[in-house]
Amino acid sequence: MIAPRYQTAFRLYPYKKSPAQDAGTAMRHPVVIVGGGPVGMALALDLGKKGIACLVLDDHDGVGMGSRAICFAKRTLEICDRLGCGAPMVDKGVVWNVGRVFREDREIYSFNLLPEDGHRRPAFINLQQPYFEQFLVEEIRLQQADGLPVEIRGQNRVIGQAQQDDHVLLDVDTPDGPYQIAANYVVACDGANSPMRQMLGLGFEGRTFEDNFLIADIRMTADFPVERRFWFNPPFNPNETALMHKQPDDVWRLDFQLGWDIDRDAELDPDKIRARVAGMIGQDTPFELVWTSIYTFRCCTMKDYRHGRVFFAGDSAHQVSPFGARGANGGIQDIDNLAWKLAAVIDGDAPDALLNTYHEERKHGALENIKNSSRSADFLTPRNPAHTLFRNAVLDLVETYEFARPMVNSGRLSVPCTYDSSSLNSLDGLPDGPDRSRPGSPCSDAKMAEGFLLDHLAGGFTLLAINAPLPSDIDGVAVVSFSTDKDPSGPLAKRYLGPAPGAVYLIRPDQHVAARWETYDAGAVATALQKAKGGA
Amino acid sequence: MADLNLSPNLPECDDFYAALLETHEGLEEAQMHALNARLILILANHIGDTEVLTQALQAARKSS
Repeated sequence: MIAPRYQTAFRLYPYKKSPAQDAGTAMRHPVVIVGGGPVGMALALDLGKKGIACLVLDDHDGVGMGSRAICFAKRTLEICDRLGCGAPMVDKGVVWNVGRVFREDREIYSFNLLPEDGHRRPAFINLQQPYFEQFLVEEIRLQQADGLPVEIRGQNRVIGQAQQDDHVLLDVDTPDGPYQIAANYVVACDGANSPMRQMLGLGFEGRTFEDNFLIADIRMTADFPVERRFWFNPPFNPNETALMHKQPDDVWRLDFQLGWDIDRDAELDPDKIRARVAGMIGQDTPFELVWTSIYTFRCCTMKDYRHGRVFFAGDSAHQVSPFGARGANGGIQDIDNLAWKLAAVIDGDAPDALLNTYHEERKHGALENIKNSSRSADFLTPRNPAHTLFRNAVLDLVETYEFARPMVNSGRLSVPCTYDSSSLNSLDGLPDGPDRSRPGSPCSDAKMAEGFLLDHLAGGFTLLAINAPLPSDIDGVAVVSFSTDKDPSGPLAKRYLGPAPGAVYLIRPDQHVAARWETYDAGAVATALQKAKGGA
Repeated sequence: MADLNLSPNLPECDDFYAALLETHEGLEEAQMHALNARLILILANHIGDTEVLTQALQAARKSS
């Protein structure tokens, strides 16, 4: 019996008995992904596209209710473009640029994000998490028809694991009883309370924040502008903060900070929630409650993200506060990093040591996310008199002086991590080139006459030449060449050349820069490629 | 005449803010006030420009 842990929004992969359950012996799979949330499904799609067969086990038969992650950053959308499902997300999602910050009953400042141009995707979109997951699963279904080697088994709950020499044996429970699966590699994408982590007896350490937040997804057709509103100490939620975000389908996401000592059941009383909402949006504005929840949060991480043949990705490996949307976005960056490495090792194209760099690079990313989201949480929930003193000073100053605006911290939006000290990087051969494209950086998109740059970097390792002669065929890499002659001050030149007349970039399958030089040198490229694949 | 800069000017603003709070960690209220007073005097000496400091004093008083 598989008891549900939450209510589902869409039933996408109903339980169906697999012949493997009656086989009497554990069938072997190259990769088993435990958990079919956004991180697990994105990983399945990425691995499948690289020709690696994988099996997703999810203990539900669809995606959970509620807006939850809500905010998906540009880098996530670019990764989804690479996977094939960025467009429906952006088409469905809500883009906003204007934010207003209120203190008590007055607006203290507003801002326009003025996103940098020359990118295909916006800085981020608001989209209910169930849609994000649905688009991933729909893309898997679409590509399965063309042979994508991905299988999803709903209502399959992993209840035991044992690491053997060359595989992991999983005990899986189903509505028809338990069976066993053997996996060469297991990736646990099973969330912040990760049962896999617990089965392995592994720790999860960090800080718990003494605060509760009430989320209310409401539907209303009132003519509110599409902007983010944030309140400090508003009349409808005294001494706390509140946040309002637009989502698709006339649904708005409202977050009310509640403080630490609360009566959870009383706060979830729909009448009490309705009263709070009416205080925020106006007593006469009609609305309907869609979904409500109270959340608390921690900032925690595992010590190691790899344990033999088991990897941890997304919330199972690290958990952050919600401010800055670094949870789901960080998780998608995890799988962007892990998928090509797993595929290269499984295909015999790279040594096992490459897999250790998943932990190395993504732990670095997780610590950056934890640092940023903890600071935001401290600003919103001052935990000692000094925090309160300086926060109030910032809020006092910000109404009059622009310099205080960057100090107001209601979340630093997820940006992809640069793997500055990664062992996969080669020494920067273009030290005067743009800092944003140094080795370890995620490639910035750039609009060109030939389309968007990232579309040209969507396969395996790629050698990108700009105003630099390159042989048309180089072993182990795809080759793309562009000239900036017709657009010498365009995004490609600005983001990849700087003062250099030309450049050659070695780009990893996850679109991070591994190495760069001013001109092509066959020996240097071969050495850098070997290094980027975890070789000596 | 030098003008007080009231535009954003701290490149790693969040790092500074975190360090500022860290410096106050574990202090009683009176100790906090004393620390802040010392900090103001240290910064004032570093700025070393009476004109700028006068404008800063006025700006701080005005936005209370």
